[in-house]
Amino acid sequence: MKRIMLPIAALLAAALAAPAALAQKKYGPGASDTEIKVGNINPYSGPASAYGTIGKTIAAYFKMVNEHGGINGRKIDFISYDDSYSPPKTVEMARKLVEQDQVLFIFQSLGTPTNTAIHKYMNAKKVPQLFVATGATAWNDPKHFPWTMGWQPNYQTEARIYAQYILKNKPNAKIAVLYQNDDYGKDYLKGFHDGLGDKAKSMIVKEVSYETSDPTVDSQIAQLQASGADTFFNITTPKFAAQAIRKAYDSGWKPLQFLNNVSASVGSVLKPAGLDKSVGLISTAYIKDPTDPEWAKDPAVEQWREFMKKYYPDGNLADSSNVYGYAVAQTMAQVLKQCGDDLTRENVMKQAANLKNYRVDLLLPGIMINTGPDDFAPIQSEQLAKFDGKTWERFGEILGK
Amino acid sequence: MEGFLHQVLAGLATGGIYASLALALVMIYQATHLVNFAQGEMAMFCTYIAWSLTNAGVPYWIAFLLTVVFAFILGVVIERVIIRPVENAPVLSVVVVFIGLLVILNSVAGWIYTYTIKTFPSPFPEQPILGIRYVSPHEFGAIGVTLVVLALLYAFFRFTPLGLAMRAAAQNPDSSRLVGIRVGWMLALGWGLAAAVGSVAGMMVAPIVFLDPNMMSGILLYAFAAALVGGVDNPAGAVFGGFLVGVLENVVGAYVVGPDLKLSVALVLIIAVLVIKPTGFFGRVHVTRV
Amino acid sequence: MSKRAVIGLVLLLALACALPFVVSSYRTFQLTLALVYSITLLGLNMLTGYNGQISLGHGAFYAIGAYCAAILMDKYGVPYWATIPVAGVVCLLVGFLFGLPALRLEGLYLALATFALGVSLPQLIKYKGIDNWTGGVQGIVITKPDPPFGLPISQDQWLYFFCLAVVIVMFVLGRNLLRGRIGRAMVAIRDNHIAAEAMGVNSAMVKSLTFGVSAMYTGISGALGAIAIQFVAPDSFNVFLSITFLVGIVIGGLASISGALYGALFIQFVPNIADDLSKAAPWAVFGMFLIGFMYLMPMGVAGAIRMGLARIARRAQNSRPGAA
Repeated sequence: MKRIMLPIAALLAAALAAPAALAQKKYGPGASDTEIKVGNINPYSGPASAYGTIGKTIAAYFKMVNEHGGINGRKIDFISYDDSYSPPKTVEMARKLVEQDQVLFIFQSLGTPTNTAIHKYMNAKKVPQLFVATGATAWNDPKHFPWTMGWQPNYQTEARIYAQYILKNKPNAKIAVLYQNDDYGKDYLKGFHDGLGDKAKSMIVKEVSYETSDPTVDSQIAQLQASGADTFFNITTPKFAAQAIRKAYDSGWKPLQFLNNVSASVGSVLKPAGLDKSVGLISTAYIKDPTDPEWAKDPAVEQWREFMKKYYPDGNLADSSNVYGYAVAQTMAQVLKQCGDDLTRENVMKQAANLKNYRVDLLLPGIMINTGPDDFAPIQSEQLAKFDGKTWERFGEILGK
Repeated sequence: MEGFLHQVLAGLATGGIYASLALALVMIYQATHLVNFAQGEMAMFCTYIAWSLTNAGVPYWIAFLLTVVFAFILGVVIERVIIRPVENAPVLSVVVVFIGLLVILNSVAGWIYTYTIKTFPSPFPEQPILGIRYVSPHEFGAIGVTLVVLALLYAFFRFTPLGLAMRAAAQNPDSSRLVGIRVGWMLALGWGLAAAVGSVAGMMVAPIVFLDPNMMSGILLYAFAAALVGGVDNPAGAVFGGFLVGVLENVVGAYVVGPDLKLSVALVLIIAVLVIKPTGFFGRVHVTRV
Repeated sequence: MSKRAVIGLVLLLALACALPFVVSSYRTFQLTLALVYSITLLGLNMLTGYNGQISLGHGAFYAIGAYCAAILMDKYGVPYWATIPVAGVVCLLVGFLFGLPALRLEGLYLALATFALGVSLPQLIKYKGIDNWTGGVQGIVITKPDPPFGLPISQDQWLYFFCLAVVIVMFVLGRNLLRGRIGRAMVAIRDNHIAAEAMGVNSAMVKSLTFGVSAMYTGISGALGAIAIQFVAPDSFNVFLSITFLVGIVIGGLASISGALYGALFIQFVPNIADDLSKAAPWAVFGMFLIGFMYLMPMGVAGAIRMGLARIARRAQNSRPGAA
């Protein structure tokens, strides 16, 4: 009798336990059977308002997701606040999202000083600070800050790629650098110096900065030209990049020019600067530029255009920030999908650190998203590209991971 | 030497930008004895209107004319509708209204036109003039336009009865009323003219710096400084101030301290000028009778 | 002060003390910031409202105070409460020194000079030469202070009470200053400086001193603000901050002490309200608030209240028997 009872008892126990385990839903604050509250802080006004469109694209993306039934049957409640790129305001908005709105996590907050301001708070409160919109290196530190993760390839890596290219192909270059006098510019500069190593001092003949409040960078370009440099590392945001490229060309200065990928958009930077004046520019890329003729018929970009027309008609189809927003929102949706019914903050973080060869089609071919418990840098690969007057011709192999 | 020349010429070019906006600031000051902080945003907004027109296919000079007329009307409407209710309020309250206007215009422009930079066409040819590569033909043209506007304004104030009436209304509204001048409409006219001058400034500046809602915020400070250094009640002084500030900024930034401290040093120099000559280079010295 | 005013103040104080236990931690944090701004606005009001010197650059003094606190706490381990007087003294000096050459400038020209200060300070902070002190563009992160003596309140609540205490001290000091001889001298200089000098007021000394005291107030509030936010960076102190302060004192009411409180509440909470009202163009809504307030209350909230109370008093007087 006992011999039959035992396995039956075991089976019974298993049968009783199984649905309980399957039906076990775990919720953190902001998550329920019907919705997931996602927080975001973006500069919709102030000096960085050009990037506010990213927040709008993400909101549109989640609207689309909700119309198609949400994620695992739950609608996304995307709550986004404006911080005008002012760190005190970011702190206030983060506290509002976490303490008042009780969001599950904050995602894609933009800017380095702004994210630094809430870095400690988010980790102390154990709230995920996911896929922050900045390329600074500080976000890949799972040991000390297990709740913070970046997304895009970081600036220092990109600058090192340019440095290595110069060391290999033009070891006697005389380099001039123009950089924006803030954390973004200085981060690129550091990576560049590190990449050149001890040759940095001898190769860089002139380094000049500018403020975002400067009307033009003409004076800076004049200084760089006067230094006699034959190589130029252009660390500028779109408006100033267009000015710099145009001014350099018009002044008759034709150095080998490296352009940081923040400003590599054909439609928003190279066209205003002058396509003919941008020939020969070298940059890196990890995401498809919607204004680049190469991707004109690309299915992922076409799908993105349809999305923009339907869900964000005010959005600019030439602005690569809007592609970026879509790609990062898609990554976020994947993380939430992977969470299934376990929507606690811990699991969100765990799944964010568990992306294996995840492919977002708006990224360049061959570039995958990979994260792990020690690897909080989702995208680390980029590819060098040269502008030929019409499009960015990618060359070389995919660098990084 | 060539580098220095380049800096000076580039300084004159940016100075031209400051001069054109400074002219608008001086205009408003001459008409109302107030400095309009929203002048830059009004100019930017009008430039966007011009952009919409040229984008729709309207030829440049027609769009230019239409925009100037639109700016004039906008200025008059703003004066009558927004400024008139607070004209008897303390000066700082009016300043807060200006700030409100600034913020509204900036926000609405960003909302309607987004923040991506736009190119604005230039009516001037592409080929470098006289082989000088350091100043683009557009920058030459812009300086030329500024000087023409200056001459027109000077002639208007000096030689026409309407200009005289406007100056009278600003300096002594009560006596002007006694003589039969409609002071209210003079103020509105002043605003309209200032807005029109501002829109010209915007259209000249946009091809150089690219059009975006924050285009004028950096320029406003320098234009303000230029107007004061040159003498806030003297249009020619404002233009001179603009060029001075532009060249100073570049030369100081390139040769004295480097761009890291450029802002501070340039502004310190401006303040030094004001401390030595408190009403600016060409301003009228005010003698107050006790 | 009249009995009614004293009762009113006591009630206000009681309310202020009760609030952090009633509202959420987040709201307490917001109220703490409003308290901090009220000190700034009182300082600016002394200079602009009572003494007639326009300043468009007080954000610079706020920044100096904030960085004093941050550098002392981060690099030298100074306890947070000790940084407040240091910030005050440093800004007193800087303000006084700035006030001296500013004596030559009137109205618009002074506005430009202070505007220049406000614009150039962030760049100065980022300067390579001093950036191992100031943290450069990265800024400095500060730890939040814990309640002393193991009091059973949260960090936010403790910070609120700490700021409240400083507010009370600064307001009492300010009131004594403004109601006293120097305060009257300040107002006399604003209204008619030639007559004031003829009466024996040392205009130059009073004006520079006012600048210094005003900067001191702003520096103290900057230090408090830095401790509350736990972070300082050059981007936090741009020229828009200075303009916000000016807006605050005008909305609150020039030449009034209570105006500093109303103004602080306005600049802290109205932008959030505007953000809630419109996602597309929140600052346009804020601008409309500004213009609306100026139409309805050109003398600021304090001014409107004063006129309102006067009107009520007059009506009460007129309805009494025996009145004309």
